[in-house]
Amino acid sequence: MKSFTYEKANSPAAAAAAAAGSSNARFIAGGTNLLDLMKLEIETPSHLIDVNGLAFDKIEPTQEGGLRIGALVRNTALAADERIRRDYGLLSRALLSGASGQLRNKATTAGNLLQRTRCPYFYDTNQPCNKRTPGSGCAAIGGVTRQHAVLGSSESCIATHPSDMAIAMRALDATVETVRPDGTTRAIPIADLHRLPGETPHIETTLSAGELITSVTLPKPVGGTHIYRKVRDRASYAFALVSVGAIVQRDGTGRVAVGGVAHKPWRVEAAEAEMPRGAKAVATRLLDGARPTRDNSFKLALVERTLAAVLSEAKG
Amino acid sequence: MKFDTPATTNPIDQLKIIGHATNRIDGPLKTTGRATYAYEWHDAGARPAYGYVVGSAIAKGRITSIDLSRAKAAPGVIAIVSAENAGKLGKGKYNTAKLLGGPEIDHYHQAVAVVVADTFEQARAAAQLVRVDYSAEKGSFDLSATRDGAAKPPGEGDEKAETAVGDFAGAFAAAPVQLDATYTTPDQSHAMMEPHASMAAWEGDKLTLWTSNQMIAWTTGDVAKTLGLPKENVRLVSPFIGGGFGGKLFLRSDAILAALGARAANRPVKVALQRPLIINNTTHRPATIQRIRIGATREGKISAIGHESWSGNLPEGSPETAVMQTRLLYAGENRMTALRLAMLDLPEGNSMRAPGEAPGMMALEIAMDEMAERLNLDPVEFRARNDTQVDPEHPDRPFSQRQLVECMRIGAERFGWSRRNAKPGGQRDGRWLVGMGMAAAFRNNLLMKSGARVRLDSSGTVTVETDMTDIGTGSYTIIAQTAAEMMGLPLDKVVVRLGDSSFPVSAGSGGQFGANNSTSGVYAACVKLREAVAQKLGFNSADVSFSDGQVSSGNQSVPLGQAAADSELVAEDSIEYGDLAKTHQQSTFGAHFVELGVDVATAEIRIRRMLAVCAAGRVLNPKTARSQVIGAMTMGVGAALMEELAVDKRTGFFVNHDLAGYEVPVHADIPHQETIFLDETDPMSSPMKAKGIGELGLCGVAAALANAVYNATGIRVRDYPITLDKLLHHMPDA
Repeated sequence: MKSFTYEKANSPAAAAAAAAGSSNARFIAGGTNLLDLMKLEIETPSHLIDVNGLAFDKIEPTQEGGLRIGALVRNTALAADERIRRDYGLLSRALLSGASGQLRNKATTAGNLLQRTRCPYFYDTNQPCNKRTPGSGCAAIGGVTRQHAVLGSSESCIATHPSDMAIAMRALDATVETVRPDGTTRAIPIADLHRLPGETPHIETTLSAGELITSVTLPKPVGGTHIYRKVRDRASYAFALVSVGAIVQRDGTGRVAVGGVAHKPWRVEAAEAEMPRGAKAVATRLLDGARPTRDNSFKLALVERTLAAVLSEAKG
Repeated sequence: MKFDTPATTNPIDQLKIIGHATNRIDGPLKTTGRATYAYEWHDAGARPAYGYVVGSAIAKGRITSIDLSRAKAAPGVIAIVSAENAGKLGKGKYNTAKLLGGPEIDHYHQAVAVVVADTFEQARAAAQLVRVDYSAEKGSFDLSATRDGAAKPPGEGDEKAETAVGDFAGAFAAAPVQLDATYTTPDQSHAMMEPHASMAAWEGDKLTLWTSNQMIAWTTGDVAKTLGLPKENVRLVSPFIGGGFGGKLFLRSDAILAALGARAANRPVKVALQRPLIINNTTHRPATIQRIRIGATREGKISAIGHESWSGNLPEGSPETAVMQTRLLYAGENRMTALRLAMLDLPEGNSMRAPGEAPGMMALEIAMDEMAERLNLDPVEFRARNDTQVDPEHPDRPFSQRQLVECMRIGAERFGWSRRNAKPGGQRDGRWLVGMGMAAAFRNNLLMKSGARVRLDSSGTVTVETDMTDIGTGSYTIIAQTAAEMMGLPLDKVVVRLGDSSFPVSAGSGGQFGANNSTSGVYAACVKLREAVAQKLGFNSADVSFSDGQVSSGNQSVPLGQAAADSELVAEDSIEYGDLAKTHQQSTFGAHFVELGVDVATAEIRIRRMLAVCAAGRVLNPKTARSQVIGAMTMGVGAALMEELAVDKRTGFFVNHDLAGYEVPVHADIPHQETIFLDETDPMSSPMKAKGIGELGLCGVAAALANAVYNATGIRVRDYPITLDKLLHHMPDA
């Protein structure tokens, strides 16, 4: 681990300004991903800004009838919140399918959104990786790729985003609220937060330098049956091969977002229009343009079959 | 003590303490954090410095230059050792690849340097400043691609590469029912909790290593050989080991680099291999390709059985002996087995729990299931029809004990095997396709010389000293039980000290030979101590008895401690074996039963219940034996469903080299597990009449799962692990 300086931020704007003022600063909250990456020198920040002291640790109602989730609300607290469990069951279920109890106790809402890929080539600093060292190449392409992306990948990167929570947030049309170094705030639809890798896989989100997530808001509850189905080799403590987060209404309409398949939560609104016609119709639209590898082509069938199971379960 | 005739009645047969479910005597130390593991000897000497290992970034080739300038200038750095300044190093007898590479590189993450600094964090940071330039060469990394060039490996006796009896080819061709199938097992990692770790301290030219090692004498010898020291100048201390599974049988780079680092730093040095380094730096269980051919009569009698296995290793490495069980498990007049070894430039393949039998049974016991189906026979019945009470390659050698059929019948009864629907895919429970599977369990019982010293003090306390190790298996406890039984003491009057090379050489922990041999060594030492006690007290040793802390002869009875009233009594002996293992085949047997569900939509496999029935000689401590077996069953679940070191065949390394990428079962994967031990004593095995059990519990488990997956779905997967992608395209519509 490289030496770094550390400060505790006492206001959101000050935190953002401090980050903008340093060429290589990172915010730290739960640290469940960042500290691992620092030990391996995959992340080498020269300055850490501890945001744990900021007052973003509450879940509060919004005027629009939704909920505002503070960026520092821990995954455990969020999953257990009575309002979340009642009105946004998808989010609670997605959270509880991820990581372990210990990690969820530390991990924060914003940190979960910003966690980095688990591509093993990204983790091995002997290997070229465009995400870790831009321009060095991608060792995953042509390598061991069972876990990798089948959608939205590029010649530069085939990594996936590992978050379960983000899949639920995407299906729930969450909005990410931020503060920038100049003190201005903005609201970013979750669909626009994560980027596809393109030729710049090291740029993973649309956040600008120093921009700090302060909260995530959920719109008014939309009802329906909430199902999060995570498919993996072992029963717990594993990243998804694929996951399906769905909200299904009585009339068969609804929403679906898929995890484990792309560099960002994968949701295609046009595919959702096919939901009353069943999983095959939805999957055809959802997986349009897929570019699987030999190792992971099974994910296409797996998405369709999992979606079919989810829609069938929703019917009851 | 020479053990060359079958055991008769002896003090162990009293079974006052032996044979009773007994809590681990080291349990309180472990649950309170007072058991000192290798990396925790903070107070053993001067304040240690910390070493951090740099692993090779290529699999094969040469180091062209090493630039240490930035690392040397980093804060806290005391010394950096690489092949350039390490001096001449030998290679251990039990090592295949060198533990410190350079300039030639033999495998990925082979150690090329150790950076020693004042703190762990400083050493780690500086290690990342070591700049190594390589010239990479093309290597051979793909077993299936090199299979045809594989050669017959050397090997004698039990290790011989080929066996043949009768006319296999003719009998197979003539058999009315045949199976010819190929199975593959992947490279696997031991994935023990405690990393390889050592602390080294020098006093002049004498070295002490606090380490985590299963085989103290082997490793002491290899430290001496590698460093060019007289063996008596090396002391190893390894009283507690956080799991080994064969990964700590040998000297590894942590110990040698700690020693070299300590010499360079002139200070004690600790080295723990960082988790992402362990998998490619140390040993692993090699992948296999196995072809099995079975021919049988329509009545289900095997007339021909052939098993060939291909595996790869570095030059001078050994094959994975996956055909061993097929030489012994089932009858059949015409037989052949063959091992082939390919040269690969992957990390060193070596022993992992039940080497040979574990992957061999993964294949053989699917083949037996396939054959039973072709014969329209129940899998238990088919196996029973081919039971043999003699070594089928040498019919003059009977098995010392063989209760395979009993294990299967009792297991079938207890598990409710009769409720299995023989038609695959015929059982549905909601979204689950439900299936049952079974497999035989088999693992040989190995006899190894093992010594111990016992001391009696005036308080009547007996202290046992042996270099035997406890890798979480319960050695401390069964050794204490043995000494207590022999000396007529309660368990709390026995102290056990293990894992120190200054103690008598034991069998060590490996090959499920630890329990039977090490307790037999303690038995031998206690027999000597009993004689010394009798002599000291002036009793006639023929009619003396040891019971309740008293020594009695005729109508005289005195406290045991009285024999040591003026000075401690010390006795030392070893158990050594004669020819009983030659005249009689000693093996352990069992049967595994599994019920599982396969999700009809996703093909995820989730186990519902498991049963193991074992016949493995006298069970010294049913509680620690059960722990061994359920742990082995859990390991078998990993082998069946998820464990695979994924090879990057372009650059030659195991890609998933941490515990996030190399999945082993978690609690949620493991359902109710039941174990049954058949009542058995084996007078051919030792005075303890015990055999090994820790590896038996693993052998066959994965095949039982594979057979249950087939029963649930009708899909036969012959390539482990059985992951959902191998099932998905054959699954019925949800």
